Amino acid sequence: MTQLFTPAANSLMRSALGCIALLGVGTLSTMLIAARSPFMTGQDRIVEQPIPFSHQHHVGDAGIDCRYCHQGVEDSARAGVPSTQICMTCHRELWSQSDMLAPVRNSWQENRSLRWRRVHDLPDYVFFNHGIHIHKGIGCYSCHGDLSEMPLTMQARPLTMQWCLDCHRNPQQHVRPRALVFHSKPLKSLTSTNPFRDALSETKPEHLEAETSSAEIKLLQTQLAKKYKLKSRTDCYTCHR
Amino acid sequence: MSSEDRARTDLLPANASYESVSEQVSSIVLKKPTPRSWKFSFLIGLLMLQALLLGIGWLFAYGVGIWGINIPIGWGLAIVNFVWWIGIGHAGTLISAILLLLHQEWRTSINRIAEAMTLFAVACAGLFPLLHLGRPKLFYWLIPYPATTDMWPQFRSPLIWDFFAITTYATVSLIFWYLGMLPDLATMRDRAQSHFIARIYGVLALGWRNSARHWHHYQKLYLLLAGLATPLVVSVHTTVSWDFSVGIVSAWHSTVFPPYFVGGAIFSGFAMVLLITIPLRRVYDVKDLITETHLDKMAKIMLASGMTVSYGYLMDAYQAWYLNEPYDSYIYTNRFSGPYDYCYWALILCNCVIPQALWFPAVRRSTLFLFGISLCIQVGMWLERFIIITLSLHRDHLPSDWAMYYPTIWDWALLVGTGGLFLILMLLFLRLLPSISMSEMRELVHQKGGSNP
Repeated sequence: MTQLFTPAANSLMRSALGCIALLGVGTLSTMLIAARSPFMTGQDRIVEQPIPFSHQHHVGDAGIDCRYCHQGVEDSARAGVPSTQICMTCHRELWSQSDMLAPVRNSWQENRSLRWRRVHDLPDYVFFNHGIHIHKGIGCYSCHGDLSEMPLTMQARPLTMQWCLDCHRNPQQHVRPRALVFHSKPLKSLTSTNPFRDALSETKPEHLEAETSSAEIKLLQTQLAKKYKLKSRTDCYTCHR
Repeated sequence: MSSEDRARTDLLPANASYESVSEQVSSIVLKKPTPRSWKFSFLIGLLMLQALLLGIGWLFAYGVGIWGINIPIGWGLAIVNFVWWIGIGHAGTLISAILLLLHQEWRTSINRIAEAMTLFAVACAGLFPLLHLGRPKLFYWLIPYPATTDMWPQFRSPLIWDFFAITTYATVSLIFWYLGMLPDLATMRDRAQSHFIARIYGVLALGWRNSARHWHHYQKLYLLLAGLATPLVVSVHTTVSWDFSVGIVSAWHSTVFPPYFVGGAIFSGFAMVLLITIPLRRVYDVKDLITETHLDKMAKIMLASGMTVSYGYLMDAYQAWYLNEPYDSYIYTNRFSGPYDYCYWALILCNCVIPQALWFPAVRRSTLFLFGISLCIQVGMWLERFIIITLSLHRDHLPSDWAMYYPTIWDWALLVGTGGLFLILMLLFLRLLPSISMSEMRELVHQKGGSNP
């Protein structure tokens, strides 16, 4: 009887087993990496809107405060999307003939709301409250990124539960003086502003010039955490009711 | 001494040789035509399997609301079936691991079948907890993996212990079964009549060449695995029983659960081995390999584990009385005089009364009686799980919550369907793989000092 297998059979079998093992490891790690990638989390995603609204222009160039349009942000769960009326307070006069703003004027004339689309969309079983975050000194920047640099609004952070918990376990790393909560820039670029200096001198009267700015930020955040009574909130019930 | 010799000869045909044993077992797969009864059973199995597919499909489309479960009976037939199937698997591990370590020679001709039965029963059992999840597509949440939610399973919950117990059980059983089959797969390779079939068994045999070194490694590993599998006989069903006894439901919160679950598992497991081997002996004519002595020994184990189970029922009742706690004693009296009393008395009849017939040697050696008793035990053990789960829930501490549980057609479809899955897997195993361990039978021939080729 002839031989059942050629001499290559052993190597073939071993490499097949190796390939299966590699395939398994590869599939698993691909899945774990993909779940964290912007492809799955939606980070950096730009949502198409009825009008190509530019935060860069309104916040960065014009310097309009967040609360002018997002009126509920300080004391309700939702920040709120501006009504057409708010747009029209300015655009009745400015760019009143612009083609780009035709949908706003139509909405105004037909008394029908513009259908803005949510960019930072949390699952429905998450109870997120803007008011308490603002009250505790967590800046818009921490979750929404630097809106003054966004010609079109995009999702700045991954919004995974891991990401939420990173801050909820140690909220101190994101706290800033209440006076700077609505500032669109990261705290480390605000160390020379008056509100920052004021807040710092309040916490540490004999302030030394020689200290580095990162040490200053750390010191200020430690003090603010005490002052605003920040606590780590990781109970399921904090976000899931 | 003389009685031991007689027992040894009882396990083998009088004129058994290495060649005759190998021929008898391998010809079932390689030479004999597929029996008509095999084809008929396969058809039945396929039909039953359709019920499983339909039941799962409907479940995925409409959710667990299609079952009879309600509040307060949140665990219905799915969990009953799960515990029942997992229990059936236990005989395989007991036969292959504990009886091996105890040098019980009579295990050699039935261990392969029992191990296969274990694997297939675990496969059937494993389906149910997954189907019972409200969202089965998220089943992987049971596995601890670095999720983007930064969440891990609740390690303090018996449900996650259960997950680990069952996956460990399935893995160890599979490795044990496959490892034990290696020398036999090589025999099949050498005896195959066509080149193609020889190559298939050749690949499965992983290059087994019967060398002394192979045997040296093999026996060491086999013993090691037997040692590893031994605690599993006790641990798996203990963990399953914790699903109940760690909870605070009155009739569940009891320390007697682990031993009495394990006893019940071995009870139903041996009944299942008998249900498989009795027709097998007849159809494939292996009465001289799986002899009446084998049946007799299995029946004795069944009798012993049956007594354990009866003791469990007795202690359950005793505790309910001794605690002198109105809720506990109500749940117990509700079992034998409540709306499901017929289930309870059927259970006592099937599990405690009928198996007493096994005290008589003539019954232990009669295939007809054994088959009937084994069937009764399967029904009884299923009823036991039904009573523990449903009857403890349906009348809880708040009478306004009381409800009855009636399984719907979809509940039954899954039970029938997993029966079909089990049947199909078992039939394929009997048709395609050596169902009796040839190498161990040859060893037995050698020890008996039978005729050498």
